[in-house]
Amino acid sequence: MENIAMRDAFGAALVEIGKTNDKLMVLDADVSSSTKTGLFGKAYPDRFFNMGVAEANMVDVAAGMATVGYRPVVSAFAIFLALKATDQIRNVVCYNNLNVIIGGGYSGLSDSFDGASHQSITDIAIMRAFPNLTVLCPADANDVEAALRQALEIDGPVYIRMCRNPGPVLDKNPLTIGKADTLVEGDDVTIGACGLTVPMALEAAALLAEKGVKAEVLDMASIKPLDREAVLASVEKTGCFLSVEEHSIHGGLGGAVSELLAKNKPVPMDFVGVEDCFTESGPYDLLMEKYGISSSAIIEKAQALVASKS
Amino acid sequence: MTTKTNKELQALAQQFRINVIKTLNDKGTGHWGGSSSVAEILTYLYFRQMNIKPEQPDWADRDRLILSKGHASPMLYAILEEKGYLPEGTLSSFREINSTLQGHPCMNKTPGVEMSTGALGHGLSVGLGMSLMAARNENPFKTYVIVGEGCLNEGQSWEAIMAAGKFAPKDLVLLVDYNKVQLDGHSKDIMPLDPLADKFRSFNWNVAGKTYNGHDVDEIEKSFKWLSKQNEGPCVIIYDTTKGKGVDFTEDTHTWHGAPVSDDHLKDALPQLKSVLSKWEDE
Repeated sequence: MENIAMRDAFGAALVEIGKTNDKLMVLDADVSSSTKTGLFGKAYPDRFFNMGVAEANMVDVAAGMATVGYRPVVSAFAIFLALKATDQIRNVVCYNNLNVIIGGGYSGLSDSFDGASHQSITDIAIMRAFPNLTVLCPADANDVEAALRQALEIDGPVYIRMCRNPGPVLDKNPLTIGKADTLVEGDDVTIGACGLTVPMALEAAALLAEKGVKAEVLDMASIKPLDREAVLASVEKTGCFLSVEEHSIHGGLGGAVSELLAKNKPVPMDFVGVEDCFTESGPYDLLMEKYGISSSAIIEKAQALVASKS
Repeated sequence: MTTKTNKELQALAQQFRINVIKTLNDKGTGHWGGSSSVAEILTYLYFRQMNIKPEQPDWADRDRLILSKGHASPMLYAILEEKGYLPEGTLSSFREINSTLQGHPCMNKTPGVEMSTGALGHGLSVGLGMSLMAARNENPFKTYVIVGEGCLNEGQSWEAIMAAGKFAPKDLVLLVDYNKVQLDGHSKDIMPLDPLADKFRSFNWNVAGKTYNGHDVDEIEKSFKWLSKQNEGPCVIIYDTTKGKGVDFTEDTHTWHGAPVSDDHLKDALPQLKSVLSKWEDE
């Protein structure tokens, strides 16, 4: 399986789309060599704006551009967009339903060595609380391009959450806004994953199958809007749901599914993600393991859920 | 429409003050101090300066105005109604449920409002984005942003001032309604901004050489004459204004930032406001 980093796909897709879409403007907060929007800047210097380390201003500048009919993409690290530009995203971009695309790079634990200050584990919770905002968590490089192209077609703001490190390009349908994709069918437990936890969930499902547990794996890149029908249909079969995300277990994908199921079809649930704590520096894979985001954690919790049904 | 004389603009601004204070009394809510402070500046922009078509609020080449000090919304609404953006009588629904007139301006509810504001400090950033794109238009429009002290307390404003200095959009104009009073008290005690003009100069702005009286239309006219001669942006004009202008007990005090206007207050205020209106009308 080929490994590609989402940021490389993001930069390349911006350059490609920029060839034909002259309304596309890209703004970055002095991290364009990291997020790869610098590729766009090199190709189209008159449509690229390096705004310095000032995320709040950057988001509102993009909002102003959007009111004039342009399609701005703002890019920075996910944590700084979600936390330093929260007011701008909420009060200007979302309140006015403006066509601003927010590209959050280095999400989850993927800025691993930089430590807790740079690790974005609450961005989904913050973003999905805002009306009008579409929240996407692509699973691979192909999803990133699909997300970007669809985001440019719809009316309203879109948040695209991207991992820093190379990840596998999956043999699956590209992301569709509003849709969950069933990657593995099963009737014992539903595993809903997003981002780089999707390949992790696939691995866990294969190992669970060896143990006689038939897991259904949903790629839930579209966190908002959530594919209600797909989730409800799946738990109708399986009777339980395990959310998996590179994010706090509070308020992210697991939170979104909980809200849906609590009201419509309460079933046993569990959550794989960062518990209520701050993380630390270290190699990406070891960090994920230490903070409970791993195929073994998925297997353990899935088995416990299945057992709780009987 | 015939061009109004400076005296007619003075009278108009004073009439807007009367409309606003009556509305705030009627509703028991809204910000009088900052609304009165910006009356002449806003009136001049809408009735003399800006290239706009009220009958076509989304006209692509229109000049943009962002009232970053969004709490002065009643004054903006009074003007938008007079200009024909809003049906006559709309002002009387200010802050009511289901109204098009929100407590702070909302671009998706009120025709003529270019940007929703209220949380302070956003306006200049948004205006910078607009003006950067205006420069790509065949007919570049001007973007005017009005801020008060509160906006300039916000860190985001200084991010925007820094960025505007970098990109230097020719048609971005910042107008400071410098009344030197904010919600909690005088700015010198809360968060001093002086020397304000020097701050802008040090951020590479084109700063008007003097501070203009923001309640004197002749002076405001001079400030825009200065602006018309500028070839380099961004430009900033600082106006010396008085919070709560026009009513003796509301002038230059933070207590009238957002206090409700009682019937007794109105009874006291109206004769003062009307006598100045008569003066301008008689001249």
